[in-house]
Order: sequence, then C-alpha cells, then structure tokens
Amino acid sequence: MTLVSAVCAAASRAVCLRGLPPPWLLATGSASVAAWGRRRAAQQAVTAPSPVSVPEQPASKTPGGVADVSTPSSVTIPLSTGPLTVGSADTGGTRSMNLFTAVNDALRIALEADESTVVFGEDVAFGGVFRCTQDLRDEFGPDRVFNTPLCEQGIAGFAIGLAASGVTAVAEIQFADYSLPAYDQLANEAAKFRFRSGGAYAAGLTLRMPCGAVGHGGLYHSQSPEALYCATPGLKVVMPRDPVRAKGLLLASIRDANPVIFMEPKALYRASVTMTPVGDYEIPLGVAEVVRHGTDVTLVGWGAQVHVLCAAAERATAEDGISVEVLDLQTLCPWDIDAVVASVKRTGRLVVSHEAPLSGGLGGEVAATVAADAFLSLEAPVKRVCGWDTPFPLAHEKYYLPNVERCLEAIKETVAF
Amino acid sequence: MLSAFARHAATGARQAAATPRAMSVAGTPGLMSVTGMRFKSRMAAAEEAKPDTPLRPLEETETYDLPAFKTHRMDLGGLPTSTTASGAQLQEYFESMYRMRRMETKADELYMTGHVRGFCHLYNGQEAVAVGVEAAVSYEDYLITAYRNHCQQLARGDTVEAVLSELTGRVTGCSGGKGGSMHLYKPENRYFGGNGIVGAQGPLGTGLAFAAKYQGTKNVAISMFGDGAANQGQIFEALNMAQLWRLPIMFMCENNRYGMGTSTARAAASGDFYTRGDYAAGLYIDGMNVLAVREGIAYAAERCRSGEGPVYVEVDTYRYKGHSISDQGTGYRTTDEVQSMKASRDPIDQVKTMLVDGGWATLQSLKGVERSLRKEVDAAVKFATEAPQPPPEHLWKDVLSPSASGESVVRGTLVTKGGKVGTPL
Ligand SMILES: Cc1ncc(C[n+]2csc(CCOP(=O)(O)OP(=O)(O)O)c2C)c(N)n1
Ligand SMILES: [Mg+2]
Repeated sequence: MTLVSAVCAAASRAVCLRGLPPPWLLATGSASVAAWGRRRAAQQAVTAPSPVSVPEQPASKTPGGVADVSTPSSVTIPLSTGPLTVGSADTGGTRSMNLFTAVNDALRIALEADESTVVFGEDVAFGGVFRCTQDLRDEFGPDRVFNTPLCEQGIAGFAIGLAASGVTAVAEIQFADYSLPAYDQLANEAAKFRFRSGGAYAAGLTLRMPCGAVGHGGLYHSQSPEALYCATPGLKVVMPRDPVRAKGLLLASIRDANPVIFMEPKALYRASVTMTPVGDYEIPLGVAEVVRHGTDVTLVGWGAQVHVLCAAAERATAEDGISVEVLDLQTLCPWDIDAVVASVKRTGRLVVSHEAPLSGGLGGEVAATVAADAFLSLEAPVKRVCGWDTPFPLAHEKYYLPNVERCLEAIKETVAF
Repeated sequence: MLSAFARHAATGARQAAATPRAMSVAGTPGLMSVTGMRFKSRMAAAEEAKPDTPLRPLEETETYDLPAFKTHRMDLGGLPTSTTASGAQLQEYFESMYRMRRMETKADELYMTGHVRGFCHLYNGQEAVAVGVEAAVSYEDYLITAYRNHCQQLARGDTVEAVLSELTGRVTGCSGGKGGSMHLYKPENRYFGGNGIVGAQGPLGTGLAFAAKYQGTKNVAISMFGDGAANQGQIFEALNMAQLWRLPIMFMCENNRYGMGTSTARAAASGDFYTRGDYAAGLYIDGMNVLAVREGIAYAAERCRSGEGPVYVEVDTYRYKGHSISDQGTGYRTTDEVQSMKASRDPIDQVKTMLVDGGWATLQSLKGVERSLRKEVDAAVKFATEAPQPPPEHLWKDVLSPSASGESVVRGTLVTKGGKVGTPL
C-alpha cells in the first residue's frame, strides 16, 4: 500500500468520507492530505471520551403539552435501549431528563461555555413549540436567544452567514418538514461553503429540527428527511435516540466545525426519560453504538426506530430464541461503516430500518455498503423495513410505519433464509 | 356581478333578490355605527324599541357607512364610503358566519374528545373575511389559502358534513379522509384549499392567476395567507412575478395579529401589510366587517380583472382561539385584548345588529335561526363520527396518477405488482 492510499484509507475510515476518489486521483497534494489525515486522527483521539456508565430510569410516557403532536396518541414507541454508557468521567452526577429537557440542558451548557453562541428560530425565545429553549432567553438575554420571523430559508441562510463569521450559530427549524423551504441554503450554501472557498470559509452552524412520526402529525409534521441531507456532501447529520445521547451528541454537533443537521425525534421529547449526566460531555460524531449484543442477526436503526428494533429483538429472542444485535447509528452522515460491517461479519445477517420511505432512504446506502464490504459473510439478503413510498399519511399512519410486527417478521425471515 | 352566494344551496330559497349593488338604494342612511356600545345592551335596547313591529320584508335594503379603507399606490377615491345591503343578504351573511362559528366550536370539541387527529386551526373571529370574499367574487374565481381553511370550504359551497368528516378522517370527508383539518379542497368551485407549508400558496395562487389570464378569462385568483406568512420570501417572489406580468391576483394577508405566539410587532418590519407590496397596489380593509370586506374585495377584484395587475390586500381581523387547539392563546396576549375584540368588533354581532336595527329580525327570530343551524351542525357531528374510515388500501391511492384502468400506482408501477420500479404497468 502506498503512503497516499494508506492515508486515504485511514482518512476515509476516520471521517467516513463516502465515495472517496481512488488514490491515484489524490496523488498530487499528498503531503497536505497526509497532514490533514494526521490532524484529524489527533483531533479524534483528543475528543474520544472515557466511557462511564449511566443508570437508566424506567421510561415513562407523559402526554400533554404545547404542541398538538405531544398530546396522547396511538403511536407506541417501546422504550428500551439496553445498557447505557456515555460521556467523560467528569459529569458531576446525573439527573432525570426527558429528551426536550436534555436538549435544553445542552443548549444552556453551550451558551454558558462559549460566549459567541446564539440560539434562534421561530418562537424560540418563548421556549419553542416543544419547550426545548425554555427559559434560555431569560437566562442569556434577548441578544443571544431570539425569535426570528417565519422564514426558513432566511433562518438557514442567516445562520450560515453568522457561522461563517465565527459565531457559534444554533438555529431551530420548527419541524423537519419546514427545513425543506430552507433546503437550498443548506445544500447549496452550508454544504459547499468550505469546498468552494478552498477552506477559506466554513459554515459550522447547527440546525436543530424535530422529526419523525408522532401518531397523528399528518403530512407536514411527521417527515424524516434525513436521506436528503445525507445525500448532500458537506453536511453532517445526527439523530439521537434518548436524552443521554441527545445531550452529548448535540454538544458535539455544536462544537463541530461543520454544518450539522441535528434531528430530534419529536415522539421522544417527553416519552424518553433517562438519568442524564448534568455536566458538559460530548458523544463523538460518526460513531455508532451497540445497544444490544447478539450473534444471529444485526439490526441497524436510528432515532425513535431504535426502540422499535429493540422491542422486535426482544420478541425474536423470546419467541424464537434468536440472538439479536442492535446498532444505533446516531450519526447518519458520516455513518459508522466499520461498526456495522464488523457486526454483520459476526452475525452474517442485516436488517436496516427507518421511518422515511424505502426508496432513496439511508437504508439502501447501508445495505449496499454491507453488500460490498461484508459480502462473503452474508448468510441472507439484507432486508430493509421502512416507511412505504407514499407521502407521510394522516389516516393511515399505523399502516405506514415500520412497526414492531414488521421488524419482527423481517428478523425471522432473515434468520430462516 | 352574480354573488357566489347566490348559488349557495343552503340559503338558496331566499336568494332570488340577493344581488348586491343591483338593488335600488332605499331606507335610512347612516345606520352603521355598530361599534361602541356593547352588543348585548344594544340588542336589548333595539328589542325594547320595537316589541311587536312586524318584520320588514327581506328584499328591502338599507345603506351603511363603511369603515375607512386605506390604499397604497391606488386611488382611495375610487372606493365606496357606504354600501347598500338587503335584509336577505345580511341574513345570509349572518347564517353563513354563524354556521362557521358553530362548526368550529364543534371541531374544537371533536378534537378534545379525540375524534380529530393531527392539527386543527380554528377560524373563530375571522368569519367575515371568508364570507365577505365570497359575496364579492364568484366560484369562477380561484381561491387558495393555508391550513386555517375550514370556513373557506363552507363558503365555497361545501357542507358541514364534508368538512367535519374530513377532520375526523372519514372517507366521506372532502379529501376522502386523507388530508385532515389542514387539507380541504373543492375543485368544482375552484377552491385550491389548504396548504401546510406557510407561504407556499403565494406562488401557487400566482400560477392560478396566470392561467386565468392566459386562458383569456376575466377571472381572478385570491391567495390568502397570514401575517406570519407575509414574511416568507415566497410571497415576495410571487408578488414580483404577478406585478411584472400584470396578473389578476389578490395577495390577501389575513392580519389576525399573531403568527402562532408571535405578534406582528415582533416579526414584521412593517405592520402596514397593505403597503408591503412596494411597487404593487395595496388595500387595507376592516376584516371584521363583512360589508367592508365585500366592497373592498369587489373593488380590488375589478381592478385585477381590468388588467392592472395584483393588489396586496390586508384584512384587519382577529383570531379568538389559540393558534391551534393545543394553544390556549393566552401566553402571548391578555384575556382583556381578546374580550374587548369580541365585545366591540365581533363580525357576527355586527351583522346581527344590522338585522335587528333594520327591522328584518328580532333577537327572538335570530335565536330560532341559530337553533336550526345548531341542529344542522349537530347532525353533521353525528355523521362525522359514524362515517367509515378510508380502507387501508387508500394509503396507495393518489400517490401517482392511476393506471388507465384506475388502479393505484406507486413508484411508477402498479401496487398489485409489488410497487417495484421497472415492473411494467
Ligand atoms: C414553512 C413553515 N414554517 C413553519 C410552519 C409552522 N407554522 C404553522 S402556522 C405558523 C404561524 C403562521 O402564522 P400566520 O401566517 O399569521 O397565520 P395564522 O396562523 O395566524 O392564520 C407556523 C409558524 C409551517 N407550517 N410551515
Ligand atoms: Mg396570523
């Protein structure tokens, strides 16, 4: 292996740069690429935390709230995430938090730790639709926590400009569905600023947005457009599954030098409750977590779907004695190829599942990568259990979602293949 | 001009004489100071004054002063300062608005009892806008709005049953139960209905207006949006196209003072929305007064029809309820504000006063009308909770255009063939 190809391989693993051109194309300028690879590796070494285990509280589901979508609904998210390990040792104890209070806590820490941090979005000064920014304006003042008018493209572009000037910009889009009016700014400005300026400028903003099904959100309050953002080189995409992850991943996202789309499963805002470290900690981006260990089949998911997969895994074990491994990608771009491939090499089987529609979903990317990198280990075709190729339905939500039943069936079929 | 309401089935019987402005001006002018005294005491006084007078024939008319319009790049002198309305028209406006109010109240209850899922945005307080618009244009003209769209559906000729059963997700709903509260449509009456993306209906309405012009008709398009939506870039893009091409469209900002919890003062650099079209003509209308809306829109529509280009219309109105049902509507405004608006400017009370003061009705007779409207809505509630839900296979329906034989198509292929791309139809 030449030095260049070794560096490229390392770099590609370190940051999961997908679709990296062949080494010969990178032969010129190898010195800087090599230096960058080393820098990157060094950075990663510094931020990697020593794990400390966090006890989990029994999950509770609290209905009611400001947004319609948090009122009681038929959506049932089985909440079991297996053992939790997270954070640096110095977290100063834990406290019970749900997902919105964990996000709130992370924002507070970010505002405290970095004076340049500003938080804004529609109704954010009043706490936001989901209370994620509650009390922050009172604590940090209207110059740092403020409302914007109703104008998503403006919010995103404004955040990009702010971030490019060196400010730590944390913007909120009220629902992921409304990030689409802002998609141009994100795909054409945020994602390309660094590249097109030869590294002179970057837009390291963080854009938070609630996403996913909630039982009755209908067409425009339920979508999970992560695949769009994952298909846009230059962006990072993150989706946590519980309060512990939400806090650590959000802090890592805010401090990442790149534009990060941070998607919060709104169904978990109140439903997911964990004992969460009160201190400042980061969960590194680009690293998946094994939520449940097993040997017969690997399940890959993210966000609220991880809970569905865990419930399906439990039933597969109880009903058929199948030993199931569940991986939470956590960061969807760059996603942790090594972790997934290593797991599939052990189990020989893969089921990947997400709420977003099947076609063009990130599941296809995971399946294709595993087919390429773990081909000889596969004992069965990779299965995808996803939303159907329809707009997100209101009346038919229960038929649309990749629920426990559908996941369980896929597990059994894959194992029986 | 034939009123759209002239074809409104529900009030058809009394409609014969109800063509605005065609009627001869009779009666005493200057009856119009309906604000000021609290509604209840005014009504009581009116009632006392004429205890046994027989009711006046509905075809008789009265002239009313209109609350002041304001204009931008448009001659204010062209707008009327008073208008004439017949008892029949006022009665019809009253019934339409009361039906709307009652329907929304029931929608609220249906939501609270878990029958309506998803989001539900009520129109209480804003009824004069939907009703006034339809009194000024016809169903040949295009109408499109946002998610606060239940009452426009009624004004465009649909039934309470079709609206409420869409809210409850039944197959009998105006979108087959698949749209829910935010997505009501009435294609036969050119109602392009409800949009979930705030501001999206601006450019859509502009396309409708272009079609009207391109096809050589004299029709206009009305694109309704909120004061919050007025800050979306799409509105300005659409306005520029419309002015550039002199399209017959009214960009109609329903300024109800708040976009969710944000007051206009906090979100809009200029709260004079009617001037925000900059190079386009603008018109301010008191949106709590149905006659003002009727006259203002009729005037702006005429201007559009004559090829002078778009008008940015601001209707000054007020939302009584919270933004959507889960919002109490109290965190960002005082109860006093809401109460005083209800007491002094309520659109239904204003029309009631005109009817009673004009001698066409008594409090008693109006109560009877209200009772029968409540019955109509109650029956619709029953219908909306008993009608069947759309079958599971409707999930596949209308994703793409159906096959020649009417089968559902997903990803370009028949669902019956597994919906796999590349499988021939
Ligand atoms: C693009 C987009 N952004 C945000 C939302 C969420 N949202 C729905 S209604 C609304 C406020 C709109 O206020 P306004 O335009 O004044 O209309 P009103 O509700 O007062 O009728 C917001 C922020 C949305 N539906 N679409
Ligand atoms: Mg508004």
